[in-house]
Amino acid sequence: MAQAEVSMKPTEIQGGHGHPDKWKWYDYFTFNVDHKVIGIQYLVTSFLFYLVGGFMAVLMRTELATPDSDFLSPELYNAFLTNHGTIMIFLWIVPAAIGGFGNYLIPLMIGARDMAFPKLNALAFWLNPPAGLLLAASFFFGGGAQSGWTSYPPLSEITANLPQTLWCLALIMVGTSSILGSVNFLVTIWKMRVPSMAWDQMPLFCWAMVATSVLALFATPVLAAALILLIFDINFGTSFFKPDAGGNVVVYQHLFWFYSHPAVYLMILPIFGIMSEVIPVHARKPIFGYKAIAYSSLTICLVGLFVWVHHMFTSGTAPWMRIFFTISTLIVAVPTGIKIFSWTATLWGGKIRYTTAMLFAVGLLSMFVFGGLSGVTLGAAPFDIHVHDTYYVVGHFHYVLFGGSVFGIYAGIYHWFPKITGRMLNEPLGKVHFVLTFIGTLLTFTPMHNLGMQGMPRRVAMYDPQFADLNQLVTVGAYILAVSVIPFYFNVIWSWIKGAKAGPNPWNAMTMEWTTDSPPIIENWEVLPVLTHGPYAYGMEQADQVGPAGEPLATPRS
Amino acid sequence: MQGAIDSTPAAPGHEGAAHEEHQDLRVLGLITFLASEFLMFAGFFAVFLVFRGSHVQWPPEETEVELLLPAVNTLILVSSSWVINLGTKAIKKNDLAGMRKWFGITAAMGAVFLAGQVYEYMNLGYGLKTNLFSNCFYLTTGFHGAHVFIGLVLILGVLWRSRRANHYSDITHTGPEMAEIYWHFVDVVWIVLFSLIYLLTLI
Repeated sequence: MAQAEVSMKPTEIQGGHGHPDKWKWYDYFTFNVDHKVIGIQYLVTSFLFYLVGGFMAVLMRTELATPDSDFLSPELYNAFLTNHGTIMIFLWIVPAAIGGFGNYLIPLMIGARDMAFPKLNALAFWLNPPAGLLLAASFFFGGGAQSGWTSYPPLSEITANLPQTLWCLALIMVGTSSILGSVNFLVTIWKMRVPSMAWDQMPLFCWAMVATSVLALFATPVLAAALILLIFDINFGTSFFKPDAGGNVVVYQHLFWFYSHPAVYLMILPIFGIMSEVIPVHARKPIFGYKAIAYSSLTICLVGLFVWVHHMFTSGTAPWMRIFFTISTLIVAVPTGIKIFSWTATLWGGKIRYTTAMLFAVGLLSMFVFGGLSGVTLGAAPFDIHVHDTYYVVGHFHYVLFGGSVFGIYAGIYHWFPKITGRMLNEPLGKVHFVLTFIGTLLTFTPMHNLGMQGMPRRVAMYDPQFADLNQLVTVGAYILAVSVIPFYFNVIWSWIKGAKAGPNPWNAMTMEWTTDSPPIIENWEVLPVLTHGPYAYGMEQADQVGPAGEPLATPRS
Repeated sequence: MQGAIDSTPAAPGHEGAAHEEHQDLRVLGLITFLASEFLMFAGFFAVFLVFRGSHVQWPPEETEVELLLPAVNTLILVSSSWVINLGTKAIKKNDLAGMRKWFGITAAMGAVFLAGQVYEYMNLGYGLKTNLFSNCFYLTTGFHGAHVFIGLVLILGVLWRSRRANHYSDITHTGPEMAEIYWHFVDVVWIVLFSLIYLLTLI
């Protein structure tokens, strides 16, 4: 209902009727309010930060190829460790999955001309590059933040103070960006769907973004509170986290994990949404269990807010709390399992096209089942206490973050690249990329579980020589992962310039974003589309008469 | 593409209400944002409660809070919420002068609150670094004060814009409405804050 008048806004800014059909290249480097430009800005910057964070990882793995500390100085190793984690989470996965795909796809998927608050949207993006610059600057003022991405006090209060402050400010900036983005997503999805689209006819990616936004809205400000207290402790002589003055370090952990555990779902829920779009399209089948997938996203969002203490089982947590948080953590596995089951059931009997997007989606399924199960083991307090702060934890979260989130982002890129650029990615090159990434992921992160079980601690530059063999294997895997991005970046740049023309709907998909040109015109559609069939109505006799899960609709709403 | 917009299927009954519908979105966005911001204060309050629960003497002897001035301040801030509401009620009846009057009074009350807070800070006899209680006290009340200041700027902005002819009317009153909502938010946070930090010291 609201889309008509809201859409006037960008038009006015572009000068009414006289606005161009396409943006010029330099429009992508300015404060542009078009959600598609902002989506691309998010994606491109996050992919640049991916290279920076990856470079740090490769340097760390080079250091860890031998038991001695002979390649990086300890301070530099700690700074790389901290900033690798920070950049990969806050400047790569979150902006790519939420900011990039969310901004680009949500208005297109719900038939809106733009987001509800285009200027706010642009502002949210432009908070990210300065945050990255603050992190980069921290390396030149005191050698970078060195207390790990969690920045637990007292360590964060006694090492390199100025870089630590810069780190806190950078995180507050990306946090603000994430809150503003979430406000935008929620209001847009709530109020700006085409009038013909009911809640239960909305693509599952939008459902995932609803859950993501709610989670970001409730969790992120608590992190801001923690970081503000930390900044005051470091710079203004307060003693919130200084035990000798009555403060309490565990309070920081509570505040930090109240955000940072949900942040895990911030990084995976949009990916679940991408999976729910990619799999039915390339399996040519209606999604199995539309409502189950939609509601399980909301369940994960809700339960995810009550599990943060499982990161603190060894922080002197009372046994009754361990029991409560063990149980709530294990409960998260249920809605996640529902999703995995639904995707697998969607694949069953489908006419699967082994496109690169599909390969990454299926790769994600296998990786995520493994990573999810190691998460279940870690959720149980007794086992967690045994492997706490060992490489088992590192292996687990890299399995879900690389094998989950990064694979999902890749799947999304291969799936929507034709829509974003109007050109197809090169499929053979994409398959080379997939094979290298898959092998690299297995080789890098699987042995970490063994290392952890044997007792190798995380966050160290030197280790006992008995761990040398497995560590070398991990380092080889890391090099393969580093090489794997080369065909991808080459493919993207080359295909963007010279790839085969895609046409509006190269995958024969049913969701609304494929009903407009590729790339979409500035206001998305000449005439806003009317919903005639559900987003996943594949292989139906009368495709225009069925709902999202394939059931017939009584009357098409219009 | 402008012409295309006219051909969009609109729900019946909404053709004439186009402009207002858009404004509703901004109010909704503000409420969503404030829900989020409340959680930041909730973080501070949680920290305060944890420290309160884990210390025998809270607040410590030399850093007790003054009660009379903040109570008066609270009275002023809470009643200003009612005053600003009169202002938006006035503009909804197209009474611009009434809106400017009530918003002006609200701004004055907000300024008095801030001045009272500064006076309180100057006369407490302890500073931010004195001890853990003073850390918590100055941080929470200070952050709230900053929010009052932002609210004040919003109200003054509305007053400034209201000088334009026909800028606010019974149809276009999102600006005053959003300033009001923000002011209520500041108020609600203060009520929680006042109960936690000032009233709980009485028990």
